[in-house]
Amino acid sequence: MKLEDLIKMLKSYKVDELEGVRIEGDIEIEIEAPNILPIIQALAYELGMAAYHLARAAKVLGFPVEQLFGVELKPKTEVEEKVELIEARFKPQMEEFPGRIREVTLGATPKEGGTRKYTITVGGQKNLPFYEEQPHLPVITIDVFDRPVPFPKAVREHYEDVMENPAEWAKKAVKDFGADMVTVHLISTDPLLDDTPIHEAVKVVEDVLQAVKCPIVVGGSGNKEKDPPLLEKVAEVAEGERVLLASATLDNDWERIASAAKKHGHVVLAWTQLDINAQRTLNRYLMKKAGLPPESIIMDPTTAPLGYGLDYAFSNMEKIRIAALKGDGDLAFPISSGTTNAWGAREAWMKESPISEDTPWGPRELRGPIWEILTGLTLALAGADIFMMLHPASVSVLKEVIEMLGGKSKESVDRDWVGL
Amino acid sequence: MKAKSPLDIYRLLPQKNCGECGFETCMSFAAHLLDRSAKPSQCKPLVEAAEKDEKAKKKLQQIEELIAPEIAEVVIGVGENAVRIGGEDVLHRHELTFFNPTAFFYDVPDSLEDREIDERCGKVVEFKKFYVGKYLTIEGMAVRCVSGDAKRFRDVVRRVSEYGRPMILVSLDANCMRSALEVVADKRPLIYAVTKENWREFLKLAKEFGVPVVLRSKDLNELKSLAVTFKKHGVRDIVLDPVTEPVGEGLKGTFDRVIRLRCTAIKGDKDVAYPIMITPISAWAIEGDEVTKAYWETVIAGIFIVKYADVMIFKTLEPWAVMPLVVLRENIYTDPRVPVQVEPGLRKIGNPDENSPVMITTNFALTYYTVESDLTSAKIDCWLLVLDTGGICVEAAVAGGQFNASAVKRLMEETGIAEKVRHRYLVIPGLAARLKGAIEDETGWKVLVGPIDSGRIKGWLEQNWPPKNGQS
Repeated sequence: MKLEDLIKMLKSYKVDELEGVRIEGDIEIEIEAPNILPIIQALAYELGMAAYHLARAAKVLGFPVEQLFGVELKPKTEVEEKVELIEARFKPQMEEFPGRIREVTLGATPKEGGTRKYTITVGGQKNLPFYEEQPHLPVITIDVFDRPVPFPKAVREHYEDVMENPAEWAKKAVKDFGADMVTVHLISTDPLLDDTPIHEAVKVVEDVLQAVKCPIVVGGSGNKEKDPPLLEKVAEVAEGERVLLASATLDNDWERIASAAKKHGHVVLAWTQLDINAQRTLNRYLMKKAGLPPESIIMDPTTAPLGYGLDYAFSNMEKIRIAALKGDGDLAFPISSGTTNAWGAREAWMKESPISEDTPWGPRELRGPIWEILTGLTLALAGADIFMMLHPASVSVLKEVIEMLGGKSKESVDRDWVGL
Repeated sequence: MKAKSPLDIYRLLPQKNCGECGFETCMSFAAHLLDRSAKPSQCKPLVEAAEKDEKAKKKLQQIEELIAPEIAEVVIGVGENAVRIGGEDVLHRHELTFFNPTAFFYDVPDSLEDREIDERCGKVVEFKKFYVGKYLTIEGMAVRCVSGDAKRFRDVVRRVSEYGRPMILVSLDANCMRSALEVVADKRPLIYAVTKENWREFLKLAKEFGVPVVLRSKDLNELKSLAVTFKKHGVRDIVLDPVTEPVGEGLKGTFDRVIRLRCTAIKGDKDVAYPIMITPISAWAIEGDEVTKAYWETVIAGIFIVKYADVMIFKTLEPWAVMPLVVLRENIYTDPRVPVQVEPGLRKIGNPDENSPVMITTNFALTYYTVESDLTSAKIDCWLLVLDTGGICVEAAVAGGQFNASAVKRLMEETGIAEKVRHRYLVIPGLAARLKGAIEDETGWKVLVGPIDSGRIKGWLEQNWPPKNGQS
């Protein structure tokens, strides 16, 4: 090929086509004078943008390309050669909700007719958990039992010294483990356990109210005959303290519990089993039939542990919370989670896997608390406001995460993991 | 997805109700396409027509566009171990389901000795945890260039690639990345990461090697700009890393970015509708001992398994940290539309004979598989009766009445267990203890109350089987 042919070839391209050429990436063309023709030829055939390159190459050689085309190759083509970032604006589009979760306050100070040092308010959200600033962050209440219980080893070692003494147990939970509240479970009243008489069982509640100054939760044994009269008595002896009474269910005498709560100024925990419709029904009964004020209801839609139905518990809670935010007033209550249930999962407490093919599970002292943390954390993201928990490490970790996601922590770390 | 009703899809189908897709009518098939339980390729008449006919081909394409997930799907790796991420359609799992579980990759820095590299890779490849009838596993390795030496990085990448697992290549340096890609690009690794500083070089790499890329920025305008630019230049396989900050307000910021990215994407901004990467390994930048860091890494992972991360890079391979996370991931990504039940009836565990114990459990999949694997694992030969409780676990079924004496009697009659054994002893779960009397009255068999957890069945049998005369 002669130089004239090259020029002819270049000429055959129309200028407007040339201007339409876009160069992608940095393409460098190095040309050394003596061998120019074969190189240009190769370029001409192999590159889709032959004309541009040839023109450019010719220019490098001092050939007056501009004159050839009869127009100026504007500097614009030089700019196009370099790929530029296409600037785009990100406009967040978030879900918005018309509803709001009711605020419920637990505990009462002397000014409010109780003896608590502080009160705790939960609820008040207008969006999904941690999506925007919320008036109150979730709180943690540590379980206290009125008789020794067969805890997994990892838990037992933290409570061994106080198992016989619920008041000391409550103190330890608050002072040493940072609980916001404590939950006294009067399980000894269970007819299948000690069948402790009601008047005797409630003494423990009085002891605990003396021992700690935080708001408290009081639970029965789960016996559906005995819980209502028991909680009624608890309501009476804790008059004015705004205790959370656990629990009213559809198959116990919820009306009796609600009436006692109303009379003595307490809050009722409405417990249903993974069923949004049952939850709505129970809440409605408590409000409409028993006349309990809506600010005195908290829900427990059931916590199934990680690996053992957490998927149901999570979606059930998330459905309840979204329905409430969308405006279903019968579900617009704070949610409590029995996170302690995590310890029912064998992965949390068993020494090693009973499945021989499993990768060994690792020390249960580390595994157990994680099981409780992840169960709680998952449900925190579904909307839980109160976590009933057990292991001090789980309590402190979950508390820390809640504070961070709730925007209460100013800490930050700048190191980049890529270079670690 | 764009389609809102089966009708949107139905009008593009042949409407012949031939049934070749496995569904009775085209309308039913359309409904299954809509909930992503069927694929367009199952419509054989349409696929065949599309091979010859432009019009049919267009219809098939239209269907595919209509049902394309809101979040792009990206494939990492090749062959049977390739992993698919993204492809999500909803913000909340109960609205449909989440589809592609968060993929777990584990850090392999090239500063390690070869022996240590093999050890880490071995742990990734071998990890398994039995759960509901199958083994949960973890996906692949993230090979990280710490040496700054292109040759060393390439050697390590090659070594790791021999494990046959999908890989992420981690280096912000284009030369090191190129060096690695030259040996493993055909394995389709995900390359990490494109930043504001290196994006021109990485764009070149992505195009030249045709590999998926991670774009990384804390600034969502910048992240979107990178995504738009890469897409414009023909790069389709994009993953977004809004940068994982491990603690405090940094973690809060990370959460906000992830939430905003995913909500906005699902609501229709296609320019950010890509899988999201979270790096729990960022926890290793905090102060503290190894357990603290691994704990925190697990916590970060927990947050973002629940909230929208599609792929993650971890450091810790401690099973006490990995195991809870694979279970959490399984829980969040389980299809809520599928009932978790197994067939009721009689199962043989091992090689039972006329003297073997007879046990009973429920047909809740989780319960059944746990019991079955415990028995198998302990090498116990026995007969296992599986009671239909509507997929409810023992404790709830006893409370709810699905597990009752007459149901047990019916099951025993239907399965003919009385002809298979010579004894008349039934072992019931510890959690069903209260039914002992009722079952004995109803069936005439002696009931033995087994342990509360089937993991302890072996020790229990040693004590209680064969039953001593007169034992109740």
